[in-house]
Amino acid sequence: MAEISAKKKDQKNGAITVSDGALIPDRTEKGAFSAWRISFFGAIGLLILLPLLKPDPYLNVMAFIPDGILRTFEVTVASILIALIIGLITGLGRISRITIINRIATIYVEVIRGIPLLVQLFYIYFALGSVIQVPRLVAAVAAMSICYGAYMGEIFRAGIQSIPKGQMEAALALGLTRRQAIRRVILPQTFRVILPPVGNEFIALLKDSSLVSILAVSDLLRRGREFASTSFQYFESYTVVALVYLVLTLFFSKLVSIMEDRLEQRGNE
Amino acid sequence: MNNGTLPRVRIQDAHKRFGHVVALAGVTMEVQPGQVILIIGPSGSGKSTLLRSVNRLETLTSGDIWVDEDHVTTPRADIRRIREEVGMVFQNFNLFPHLSAVQNITLAPQSVKKLPSSQTLPRARELLARVGLADKENAYPDQLSGGQQQRVAIARALAMDPKVMLFDEPTSALDPEMIKEVLDVMLALAQEGMTMLVVSHEMGFARAAADAVVFMDEGQIIETGTPDQLFSNPREERTQKFLKHIL
Repeated sequence: MAEISAKKKDQKNGAITVSDGALIPDRTEKGAFSAWRISFFGAIGLLILLPLLKPDPYLNVMAFIPDGILRTFEVTVASILIALIIGLITGLGRISRITIINRIATIYVEVIRGIPLLVQLFYIYFALGSVIQVPRLVAAVAAMSICYGAYMGEIFRAGIQSIPKGQMEAALALGLTRRQAIRRVILPQTFRVILPPVGNEFIALLKDSSLVSILAVSDLLRRGREFASTSFQYFESYTVVALVYLVLTLFFSKLVSIMEDRLEQRGNE
Repeated sequence: MNNGTLPRVRIQDAHKRFGHVVALAGVTMEVQPGQVILIIGPSGSGKSTLLRSVNRLETLTSGDIWVDEDHVTTPRADIRRIREEVGMVFQNFNLFPHLSAVQNITLAPQSVKKLPSSQTLPRARELLARVGLADKENAYPDQLSGGQQQRVAIARALAMDPKVMLFDEPTSALDPEMIKEVLDVMLALAQEGMTMLVVSHEMGFARAAADAVVFMDEGQIIETGTPDQLFSNPREERTQKFLKHIL
């Protein structure tokens, strides 16, 4: 059942496919005990209950990690914003009629998608580091942005191509240049279409941002590790870290699904 | 140049091929200023391709088209400038869904002609009133019926003050009860002296407004005549057969 409705939705939205990065609440599942609610409120419940029952490690962990959460957000938000800009340029490049631009954009996408993010993180940090000394945080954000920019480029390309051909024709027939038509007619519609997949990328990026801890950026995971390595309470530390990630991703995936519903409603009016 | 005798649109031996499919096989015709010409023909006869070649949404394989003294089909043509003067109305309206009715109309005058909104807004409202939609200026396309959308689309094209209007099956996507409201707008436009090239099978409109009806089949003009003559006494057998189908 769910599979069929998902397929229908894909057809309606054109060529946009959603990456597997996110936990999307299943909208066919209703009621108080949906999987999303059980997971979300279960995780929040545990985060409240555990420090109350066993304040010794749990309350201490939770006091230790908030600046890690903040750092995780910084990395995620900065990376997604830069990735959006790279993605817009890449997406436009992918549909460009100028062969060289088209080719460069396509190569960028192919190369980046073929290299694991963790390898890219190391590569950019040490490659940049051999030329100029960059702060770890900058290297981390650069690597995340370059990687997600490629995925974002594919979302922009699919989004632009999902706009009916008649829109461009109508704009051209009115005397707009191709550039004006893209800016005033095609892109505003594209932004609406790609909002849900971009939201999903945001969630995927939020999770992948845990990789930057490998560069000793003090994000959520790193802070948990720091606490664990001084207190030797590994299980408790990582339990809290996992729960916090879970609450964050579930919260944002709900947001994305509400956004999707809104867009669909407007489309059906 | 003697504008008095210059046709508004001149099509000279137009050929168009899509791969192996021949869409236009040598079409020659002229549209004089103020004329309304209806093009009819079975689907696949090339009538839409011909229309779309006039503002170069399709590029001819060979042949020439002029709009007044502007040579449309030469690669050197400033096609963007020519398109400003050639309005087009599509079968599927193609209104911009993210813009309200009035914004659909002001977009081109503002971004192409760089006119200030103090000029484009009153003009857009005036055009909306002219197509009978004065109360819908803030409505978005998905809040309008098909007939209303098509009328906004006509107003949008008129906002650029075109010297010729192309209509590509403007009523084919409409429910029967909405066809009349669009045809009424087109009829009024014809009576005001607009030069119009219309691909449509609306015979009532043809009899009321068209100076000539052109019957096309297999990429060629088979027969041209006044509406009365072509509908009542077609000369060619193919025309007779086609008319029997659509009547």
